[in-house]
Amino acid sequence: MIIVISTAIAVASGVLVLAGYFFTLNLGGQPSILTNIRLVFLNWAIILAGFAIFVGIVNLLQVHIKKIQQKQKSLYSILLIVSLGITFLLAMIQPGKMETIFTTVQLPVEASLMALLVVTLTYASIRLVRRRPNLISIIFLVTALLILLGTAPLPFLGNIPGVSDLIRPFIAQVLAAAGARGILLGVALGTLTTGLRILFGVDRPYGGNK
Amino acid sequence: MMTGIELAGFSVVFICAVLLVGLSFLHRKKPFVFRDIPAFNRLRQAVGLVVEDGSRLHVSLGHGALATPQSASALAGLSLMRRLANLTSAGDQPPIATSGEATLTILSQDELQAAAKLSERAVFDPIAGRLTGLTPFSYAAGTIATIHDENVTANVLMGNFGPEVALLTDAVERENNFVLAGSDNLAAQSVIFASAQEPLIGEEVYAAGAYVESGPLHAASLSAQDVLRWLIIAVILVGAVLALGNIL
Repeated sequence: MIIVISTAIAVASGVLVLAGYFFTLNLGGQPSILTNIRLVFLNWAIILAGFAIFVGIVNLLQVHIKKIQQKQKSLYSILLIVSLGITFLLAMIQPGKMETIFTTVQLPVEASLMALLVVTLTYASIRLVRRRPNLISIIFLVTALLILLGTAPLPFLGNIPGVSDLIRPFIAQVLAAAGARGILLGVALGTLTTGLRILFGVDRPYGGNK
Repeated sequence: MMTGIELAGFSVVFICAVLLVGLSFLHRKKPFVFRDIPAFNRLRQAVGLVVEDGSRLHVSLGHGALATPQSASALAGLSLMRRLANLTSAGDQPPIATSGEATLTILSQDELQAAAKLSERAVFDPIAGRLTGLTPFSYAAGTIATIHDENVTANVLMGNFGPEVALLTDAVERENNFVLAGSDNLAAQSVIFASAQEPLIGEEVYAAGAYVESGPLHAASLSAQDVLRWLIIAVILVGAVLALGNIL
């Protein structure tokens, strides 16, 4: 019974929000009732998403408390819980200092991970030919190299004639842009059908038992 | 009252909905045959191995917020996870789902709970669906720990990722495990192509449901996408010809 009710609510909400996007104005040129309903539902969704973050953080705590109990790499978990506690306390006592935490701790850590990404991607590119030794992989690597050569000027030499002014713009603005648009059209169609499957109640990522 | 763009959008959605319903009935009568995507065949083998050796399946859903279009790939991932959770229900350990968005975490817990109840598994572990971080890199860092420490041998990364997905595929590679990865994000797709064992490119992410036999509407949605793709090709060609003739 619960699944019938939750499906009915989800489908009705989805249809109303979708209709609110298409029927924005009434005959008098004013915002339609569907637009107003859409805005109300979206506001509710934002409030729920905010509360979901709280639930998510409780979940994060549960995961790491369990890791500490099981003595499974517990040092990282202790560090996470202590950091979370300090951040929470600081936010309560001095909310203005939150930005300092983000710029002095969060940003440098994430920037270091971004730097690590450069090494990871370079290594992945080298392994690509070993993993999938085919024409597509070779085209992929040659294109990446040409774009890199065309983007970064060589020391003391500057731009490479032909690569920087002809090949790179042609690849980036013609071939890559066309390919990217094709992929994005495919993604858009996939998104549309996924959304419709949920509106039809076929995919139900809610409501427990099915 | 509708503007031109609203009318066009409504028409596309309406045509797609009609195609979905019509094609799902046709599929029931005579099942469609789709092109072979080797990644899904290998996924089936990897899931079989998970059940046999008593290890775990890990599904990572990315960090696409549910109220944005980026959530569609994660919803496709959730649908695939549900099916895979059913397939691995005979195994010793339930699957783990990680995500970088709290609403996705709640949905993944719900899916895992539903799969556990269906298989009459006595205990559902609520932390099997977990939030690993709220920013892209903290999410990646938290998920890497799951890949290394939770006896995982098969990984499915499906959702909205950025280039940080390379850290996840690298972690899987170090464990010498299976990974199938797909995203709706173009930068992530190029990274996945270079770094993942089994990459899904473009709309292949949304085809997962049809390839793991989730139901006729999944198969119909693939065919509907094909029909719409041909329509778009026709519109582009006609538009290009009209533009060349200075008519448009």
